[in-house]
Amino acid sequence: MNTADQYLKTIYVVQKQEDGPASTGSIADALGVSPASANEMIGKLESRGLAEHEKYKGVRLTDDGIVQARDALQTYCIIERFLANVLAVDEFRAEARELEAVIDDTVADRLDTIIDREPECPDCFDPETDACACLEVTAAAVEQD
Amino acid sequence: MVAVSVSQRIASDDQLARLLQIGIVLEEVVEARAHHHYQSLDAELDEEIETLLADAAEESADHRERLEALIEGLGVDSVPFDEIESLVDARYGRTQPDDFDGVLYDQLCNEETAYKFYDDLIEAIEASDAEFSIDRAELMETLRAIRADEAEGVSEVTEVMERR
Repeated sequence: MNTADQYLKTIYVVQKQEDGPASTGSIADALGVSPASANEMIGKLESRGLAEHEKYKGVRLTDDGIVQARDALQTYCIIERFLANVLAVDEFRAEARELEAVIDDTVADRLDTIIDREPECPDCFDPETDACACLEVTAAAVEQD
Repeated sequence: MVAVSVSQRIASDDQLARLLQIGIVLEEVVEARAHHHYQSLDAELDEEIETLLADAAEESADHRERLEALIEGLGVDSVPFDEIESLVDARYGRTQPDDFDGVLYDQLCNEETAYKFYDDLIEAIEASDAEFSIDRAELMETLRAIRADEAEGVSEVTEVMERR
């Protein structure tokens, strides 16, 4: 997932949490970057027609931005679910965050052919726990039907 | 929401090992799906597709072994093939292609996905100055060789698709 997609995913989640435009500060905090870096990327997203920035209010994704953000969130959910259920990784949230930049959505789509995901994905994503709310973490290394 | 990383570097042995494990799983998925395609279309298969699928399965098995040798050096376990095979089996019915074109297209996706994975992995390792406990030159040589195989695989499948 490239950097732009990580931003889109984050803005989407923050927007939902704040029930309105996402402030640059919240986006920067969520991504662990400086507000200046966040502003720079927000500018790029605006120029690509994926986000709109209103002074003193914050950032809102456009319809195209929302579609791309939901795809990115779904890719993230696939990575988490794959780590938790196939590789039985305890710290699957932390590892998913570390690995998401290196895992492309085409790769996630292939991994998706061996995991069970709920049809409501990615609406099941819970920002509080930073994971899919439907994700059941079992002790078994491999999930079975 | 917890802070996420926007860097694309690989900082530790553990991260590298996890990515190599994912590579192994991808190869296992390719191998198991190629085998399924082969079986599901058995009666109608022509020699060209048969050879293509057999070669793909063989190549994936070879890549898997090379990746396994690398993660062994990192002190991490591989992912047993039978476990991934059973996951592919369990869900193949839902995702299987229904004709020759579908089989070829699925095979193309396999090769393209694998290429993209190794390409991103190589780029991420190149961007990292982390010292790994395995020899970096050997690691890169193996990954580049596998990436070249995948690129060749993409051209082979594309060629067959164009001819048909």
